[in-house]
Amino acid sequence: MSNLTPTAIGSGHEGNLRDQVKAYFSRVKNGEMGALPAIGALVVLAGLFGSLSPFFFTKLNIANLFVQAAELTTLAAALVFVILLAEIDLSAGVAAGVAMDIFYLCLKSGLNWIVGVFVALIFGALVGLVLGWFVAKIGVPSFVVTLAFFLGFQGIALILLGDGGLFRVEVPEIKAIMNENLPAAAGWGLLALMLVISLSIGLWDRARRSKLGLAVRPLSILLTKTALIGLIGGFIVFFLNQNRSAAFKPIAGVPIVIPIVVGLLFVGTFVLDRTQFGRHLYAVGGNPEAARRAGIKVGLIRISAFVICSMLAVVSGLFHVSRIGVVEAAAGRSIVLSGVAAAVVGGVSLFGGRGRLVHAAIGAMVISMIDNGLGLLGLSAGISFLVTGSVLALAATIDALSRKRSGGSLARS
Amino acid sequence: MDTPVIELSGVKKSFGPVDVLKGVDLKAYAGKVTALVGDNGAGKSTLIKGLSGVQPYDEGIVKFNGEAVNIHDPRQAGAIGIEVVYQDLALCENLDIVQNMFLGREEISQLTLNESEMELQATKALQSLSVRTVKSVRQKVSSLSGGQRQTVAIARSVLRNAKLVILDEPTAALGVAQTEQVLNLVRRLADSGVAVIIISHNLVDVFKVCDDIAVLYLGRMVAQIETSKTTQSDVVGYITGTKTYDGAN
Ligand SMILES: Nc1ncnc2c1ncn2[C@@H]1O[C@H](COP(=O)(O)OP(=O)(O)OP(=O)(O)O)[C@@H](O)[C@H]1O
Ligand SMILES: [Mg+2]
Repeated sequence: MSNLTPTAIGSGHEGNLRDQVKAYFSRVKNGEMGALPAIGALVVLAGLFGSLSPFFFTKLNIANLFVQAAELTTLAAALVFVILLAEIDLSAGVAAGVAMDIFYLCLKSGLNWIVGVFVALIFGALVGLVLGWFVAKIGVPSFVVTLAFFLGFQGIALILLGDGGLFRVEVPEIKAIMNENLPAAAGWGLLALMLVISLSIGLWDRARRSKLGLAVRPLSILLTKTALIGLIGGFIVFFLNQNRSAAFKPIAGVPIVIPIVVGLLFVGTFVLDRTQFGRHLYAVGGNPEAARRAGIKVGLIRISAFVICSMLAVVSGLFHVSRIGVVEAAAGRSIVLSGVAAAVVGGVSLFGGRGRLVHAAIGAMVISMIDNGLGLLGLSAGISFLVTGSVLALAATIDALSRKRSGGSLARS
Repeated sequence: MDTPVIELSGVKKSFGPVDVLKGVDLKAYAGKVTALVGDNGAGKSTLIKGLSGVQPYDEGIVKFNGEAVNIHDPRQAGAIGIEVVYQDLALCENLDIVQNMFLGREEISQLTLNESEMELQATKALQSLSVRTVKSVRQKVSSLSGGQRQTVAIARSVLRNAKLVILDEPTAALGVAQTEQVLNLVRRLADSGVAVIIISHNLVDVFKVCDDIAVLYLGRMVAQIETSKTTQSDVVGYITGTKTYDGAN
């Protein structure tokens, strides 16, 4: 207290690599664990299933796992937008189902598939608009209104397709998303593009900080991060580029859906981290009253989140139709719960305000792996539900505990 | 004396049949800390809500720097230079200090948030108040102590170039050391040329930092006196209604 020059106020960017690593671990210790528990779970599960089933680590199965996870990731990412507001959307799955029924009816009436996709997305946007309006303007709890829509949409699906209705969707472009692969070179090219973009953004941030005379983190951190993404990404691309077919006709390459999902996650993360809308979304999730007093249009943010959620859910519905090749009246009923589980397991807080899209992706991988691994072991669907439920309960407990640890519980008395 | 930054005269407010403010006068000057004291239910918060635009007055004249204004919503109050630091502080715990200080007024360049610019300005605002208790401007608010949070909330008003800062019980939840820090901060804020109104139930604090004391009793301003010209026991008398101020200065 005795020195008269004001002590420098830091920004967390100071210090060498050692200090930075230390600071990271102290944040983790203080409850900001992010996706760490989920990453741990992934490693454990992979080890477990790998040792129990010889088929688990085959190229075909790993590729399958990625494709399955892609669909769930998209739905979980959709839900992140509403979970960040401490809301929920139980209707996301069946809304996507109805959107696909509408897509099918568009095709049947002779419309171009692109128009069909467009109509389905518009439908998603409208659903989100109505849900958001109920939540933000009328004040109906999202749990209740989305539960009502969950029931209602099941009815609409039955009416549109008829009881037990099941119809083939024959659009090569849609089918390709989940069933076709990129040429080997394209896989590498997209990975390189991703690395270049993420490195450029990192360097650009550093340049901006340096220009204003602010401290910057050691360059080695940025390079290590990029190298790590490159290494993991490179391994995945290399692995998927191998022939994984047991039959005569080879199957190789990165499934088309993967770069699409990575692109969606990238754009979504950019919006959440770097735009005013994203900032306001986190603020409303953290403390709606504070956000309101800061002049943020809280209702508008809430409605937008529901619109984004429903639209992204429609995209996941499209992936689903691509994979199984049919629309059916029962689509989307159970996947929404897996989506919520994926987000929470990945480290998105149900209390709102904390979580990232990449968490949804990691969580979706965990849930998909449980499903896939237990299936390979020949265990019944009953066991799979049981294990997934336990993992979700564990994740929610970690969420609640880490929130307490980081002092979050002070806010809501 | 020069024109007050804010001057209220004959302000009234009722909720249905209940008259909460019954014709209140108040002046606050640049560079001065004015205490607003009064018992529970005297109408202090109601008076402040009118100034912040949350709950406009029914009647009365509000002059800002000598000009009559009609404050009817918080955005407009902010635009003319009135900032309120509420008792609950209204910070987002999941965001860091910089993000909180710029909430709702983010710096944007090329359609994205200009984080480095915001970080620089936030740091400067904290430094201008000689804040020493904050280690990093990128700390999450959830990791801050009560005093540090109060500091962030006050610094936010500096960042917004407030001409009048109103603090609702800034030290109510703080320990001795943190109270001291916050009071010093309030003093520095006033010394930088801002008019400060501070609501407090703690007369020791009031006598420590305030230049002026305004006493509200059952919806009427029963006294506004310079701190140096009164005593704690007199002020207690005005607050409880056992003593009447005779306007002796
Ligand atoms: N929205 C409202 N509707 C009805 N009555 C109200 C409303 N807001 C305040 N009041 C009444 O006005 C009176 C003054 O309230 P106010 O909150 O301004 O007091 P205060 O001086 O801030 O008290 P405290 O020291 O307890 O914070 C109280 O009797 C309260 O019940
Ligand atoms: Mg009050």
